[in-house]
Amino acid sequence: MKAFTYERAQSAAAAVKAAAETPGARFIAGGTNLLDLMKLEIEQPQHLIDVGRLPMAAIEDGADGALRIGGAASNSHVAADARVRARYPVLSEAIVAGGSPQLRNKASVAGNLLQRTRCAYFYDTSKPCNKRQPGAGCGALEGLNRNAAIFGASHACIATHTSDMAVALAALDARVETLTPSGEARSFPILELHRLPGERPELETHLIPGELITAVVLPPPPNGGQVYRKVRDRASYAGGLVSVAVVGGQLALGMVALKPWRAAEAEGALAAGATPAEAIAKELDGASPLGRNDFKISLVARLAAAAIGEGRAQ
Amino acid sequence: MPGPRWNDSEGARQGAAASQRHAEFSIWVPAFAGMSGFLGEEPPFVRPRRLGRDGLRTTINVNGAARSLDLDPRTTLLDALREHLKLTGAKKGCDHGQCGACTVLVNGVRINSCLSLAVMHDGDEVISIEGVGAVEKLHPVQQAFLKWDAFQCGYCTPGQICSTLGMLAEIEAGVPSQETPPGGKPVLSDAELRERMSGNICRCSAYPQIVAAIKDAAEQMA
Repeated sequence: MKAFTYERAQSAAAAVKAAAETPGARFIAGGTNLLDLMKLEIEQPQHLIDVGRLPMAAIEDGADGALRIGGAASNSHVAADARVRARYPVLSEAIVAGGSPQLRNKASVAGNLLQRTRCAYFYDTSKPCNKRQPGAGCGALEGLNRNAAIFGASHACIATHTSDMAVALAALDARVETLTPSGEARSFPILELHRLPGERPELETHLIPGELITAVVLPPPPNGGQVYRKVRDRASYAGGLVSVAVVGGQLALGMVALKPWRAAEAEGALAAGATPAEAIAKELDGASPLGRNDFKISLVARLAAAAIGEGRAQ
Repeated sequence: MPGPRWNDSEGARQGAAASQRHAEFSIWVPAFAGMSGFLGEEPPFVRPRRLGRDGLRTTINVNGAARSLDLDPRTTLLDALREHLKLTGAKKGCDHGQCGACTVLVNGVRINSCLSLAVMHDGDEVISIEGVGAVEKLHPVQQAFLKWDAFQCGYCTPGQICSTLGMLAEIEAGVPSQETPPGGKPVLSDAELRERMSGNICRCSAYPQIVAAIKDAAEQMA
């Protein structure tokens, strides 16, 4: 691990100020993904600003029936919250489908959103990766790309976003609240957080450098059933191959793109009276599989149709 | 009077060269600074300790006692326990949060101590396997692991036992897993137990005995 300096932030305002003033600074809360990558020297921050103890771990009821989840809340804490389990079961189910209990106990909500891809070519520093080293090329394009994206990929990057939690948040129309380096609070839909790779896969979000995610806000849940389903190589503690979150008529897919993928085509078809299978087929018309990951097409088709049916039966 | 034999021009030149070498060397290793008589051999290569940063004073309550350490910020909680406090019960398996051998309880919650910086735990209460039970009076979970032969090599066992303690507390607190029915309270079924212990790998594959030991211990503790 490369040397770095460390400070424990005294407030969110002090944290963003320190981030703006210190070259190579990164926030750390749980650290379960960042430290893993620092050990591999894929991440080499010069300075860590610990925001894990800031008073932003609370889960609070909003005035308008919303639920506000602090960015520093642990994944376990959110999954176990009685309000989350009662009103947003899809979120609780998605969280416990990811990582191990030890990781969920430490990992924060904000860190979960900002976790980096598990693409093997990103992790293997002896292989080219445009995300890790812009301009180096993408080893996955012609390589072992069984778990690559089928939506929104580019010739520069075919990696996927691997968060389970983010898929549920996308289906729930969650909003992200942040504090900018200049101390301004802003809020935007979660679908505007992550970028697709395009020509610049090293740029992963639309956050301003040094901007801190302070909370995730869930609007009141829409009518209808909620379901999270994930398919992976092992029964537990494995990254997903594909996943699907159903919230009433809202549908998001996981591990199929470099961001949680809101299936707008399928939603539109469902609203127009299509069957679940017809609706998801319409979404998959826009998919671009690469050969080794062709199986994701039929897997998503079956999984999403089953999950929609399950949601309707609730 | 002839001068000393070594004080010829050749000797002086060698001496000067050696002094310069030592001067450069002493920048990194202060102990060598006064050793001006060190001639004739190249100094051993020592990697410069270029931390360039002061150690951070960190106080952690470990197994009931406050321990203060001056730490390089890179030190993981696991390394602080093993290398600085010589508590080698928590094991370094993968060092990447995949195997669970490093599991300890921090403020009563199980985490992977390899994926956490020690300086992040200033003020925390940490329980490692050394703080669980005593040689004369084992904790019921330790006793059950012995009774059911829930290990072969034993390397993962400290992590399995600390993880068990955290897991039982999580069930008590109603933390769900993917085996918990939506909205329901978790119960210690085999499926729940296996799912909740999936962050602890046993290379000897003693899983059936681990499941039996945990169920036995949980009954004794109820």
